[in-house]
Amino acid sequence: MTTTSAPAPSDTAPALDVEGLCVDLSTPSGTVRAVNGVSFSVRRGRTLALLGESGCGKSMTALSVVGLLDPAASVTGGAVRVRGKDTLRLSPAERRKLAGPVLSIVFQDALTALNPVQPVGRQIGEPFRIHRGLSRRQAEEKAIELMTRVGIPEPRQRAKSYPHQFSGGMRQRLLIAMAVALDPDVLIADEPTTALDVTVQAQIMRLLRDLQDERHMAVVLITHDLAVVAQRADDVVVMYAGTVVEQGAVHDVFTSPRHPYTRGLLDSVPEDAERGRPLPAVPGSPPELSAVPPGCVFQARCPLVRERCVRERPSLRSTGDGRSAACHFSEELDRA
Amino acid sequence: MPESRATTAAPEPRAEGTDGHPPLLEVRGVTKSFGSGRRRLTALDGVDVQLGRGQTLGLVGESGCGKSTLARVLLGLERPDAGTVRYDGVDPFALRGKELLNWRRRVQMVFQDPFASLNARMSAADLIGEPWRTHRDVVPDAKAREKRIRELLSLVGLRESDAHRYPNEFSGGQRQRIGIARALALDPDLIVCDEPVSALDLSVQAQVLNVLSELQSRLGVAYVFISHDLSVVRYISDRVTVMYLGKVIEHGETEDVFERPQHPYTAALMSAAPVLDTSRASDDQEIQLKGEIPSPFDIPSGCRFRTRCWRAEDRCATEAPPAVVREPQGMGDAHTALCHFPL
Repeated sequence: MTTTSAPAPSDTAPALDVEGLCVDLSTPSGTVRAVNGVSFSVRRGRTLALLGESGCGKSMTALSVVGLLDPAASVTGGAVRVRGKDTLRLSPAERRKLAGPVLSIVFQDALTALNPVQPVGRQIGEPFRIHRGLSRRQAEEKAIELMTRVGIPEPRQRAKSYPHQFSGGMRQRLLIAMAVALDPDVLIADEPTTALDVTVQAQIMRLLRDLQDERHMAVVLITHDLAVVAQRADDVVVMYAGTVVEQGAVHDVFTSPRHPYTRGLLDSVPEDAERGRPLPAVPGSPPELSAVPPGCVFQARCPLVRERCVRERPSLRSTGDGRSAACHFSEELDRA
Repeated sequence: MPESRATTAAPEPRAEGTDGHPPLLEVRGVTKSFGSGRRRLTALDGVDVQLGRGQTLGLVGESGCGKSTLARVLLGLERPDAGTVRYDGVDPFALRGKELLNWRRRVQMVFQDPFASLNARMSAADLIGEPWRTHRDVVPDAKAREKRIRELLSLVGLRESDAHRYPNEFSGGQRQRIGIARALALDPDLIVCDEPVSALDLSVQAQVLNVLSELQSRLGVAYVFISHDLSVVRYISDRVTVMYLGKVIEHGETEDVFERPQHPYTAALMSAAPVLDTSRASDDQEIQLKGEIPSPFDIPSGCRFRTRCWRAEDRCATEAPPAVVREPQGMGDAHTALCHFPL
């Protein structure tokens, strides 16, 4: 089925295993660390969410995994393993062979991700021509099949249209069609519904879930939306200022967070808040990447902060049940 | 449970209108379209809105529903084709010269994107004080202006020393506070907030929502709060108006609308919005709408929601839906919806 020689991963081995990933970003005022020792893994059929606010490094992590980092950023450490290979050590040509059949990505902004001057049918068929050597006509047929699958009405006619002739929701469907074309092991979805209206968002999330079930993909969902994580993911990795502060099964993390940042985020959702009562907001805002403090990254905003947090950065340590948190005092949250 | 009754009559006016004083804001049957001939886009189609002093009206709807056009009409930036807009009984579109200028200071705006809406070359103090260059008599002398800027900064939770810093030195949440302070500089009765927290990070969103609530209880300013985030609207609003393709399809007290939506579209919106509760993780009970919003150039006949509605029958294509009015569960506005087959 696929052109890569290595066997597809079994259900028990992770389809994607990221370990100690570090990414540096060069800025006019010097080099800053945008991603600092991020590790996670995800099996086929499972969904892992990378949750965090802007600048926390979640998108940078995703782009490093698929090898699409901006030239200003470079991976300075760690490993990204798929099918037993560390993609960070592959040549660009070898790496490109993985793009599509093994790893693929759906971006937030479908209009910039699609080629504006090429009919969509040809774009969606492209993976088949590159990886499977199909003719233009055969690839176009495959594209029409995919467009039908993702719910584009009248796909045969619409294959000749250009991206701007589609609505936002339909464009997102086209991107998804292209991403799943070669049945990847791992699908990375970077804020796939953020730019869409609520009712269309729901349709796209449902489509992603159906495709995941059908093709048994591992999905890495990059999002800032806690509710999307609650509804859609099995496991969650919470990121703050380039580091992982907490990870575990979504239900466990959301019912009893073990990092004050996770707790703060959950509390600031106005969903169950009483009108007229102030929301329990997290004070301040995330640190600039150039000014991340040496101790705990969250110290400046943390209600539990004390001297040790300023001196010593807490490492991500296991708190049982397959969970871990990077906090010196996470036990105190359980009791609070 | 209050009984539903179908009627084609307009909903009764709110309690505030009955004590002799007109409400702060009263919009009746406002229609606005753009373009001409066949390329005519109907942005607002007979919209009614009412708001009392010190209250918050949440305005909900998806892109193209007309909420931004309505905001522009409320600010006097867009003249409606038909219908009336009254502030304390006064029609702002009939005002000229000095009267118009005086009216303008009563209605201000907070924008969505605090990165785009502040001039990068002006300090916080200049930005907050800029409205006084047009409205000279609000705070006439320079000493008083400086003092007022310090007051405004502290009202929105910034430091006095922030006055001389520039936008790039502030975070998104702080910039939005500057935007709010600027809106407050003219001491308005109403602030139209267009997605004021959607560009902010979640942990900062709560801070800004708290600032808005606190200002309302201290200063008695009213808000029209436009947002696509239903949990935010539910938290901040006294009443909610749901729009679809230029029409108000449901209106009522926040709890009435959220607890017991009558219009299928409102119900679908609420069911589509993901919630935090992980035990409700399955989207099986979710109402999935067909398709996307039709083009506002070509609005469906009868009920405009029928093309996506799972309850639609033949009648929905031919007859405009009646207003269904339910008594509110507590005090306040009647709970109305435009639908042949309300929930």
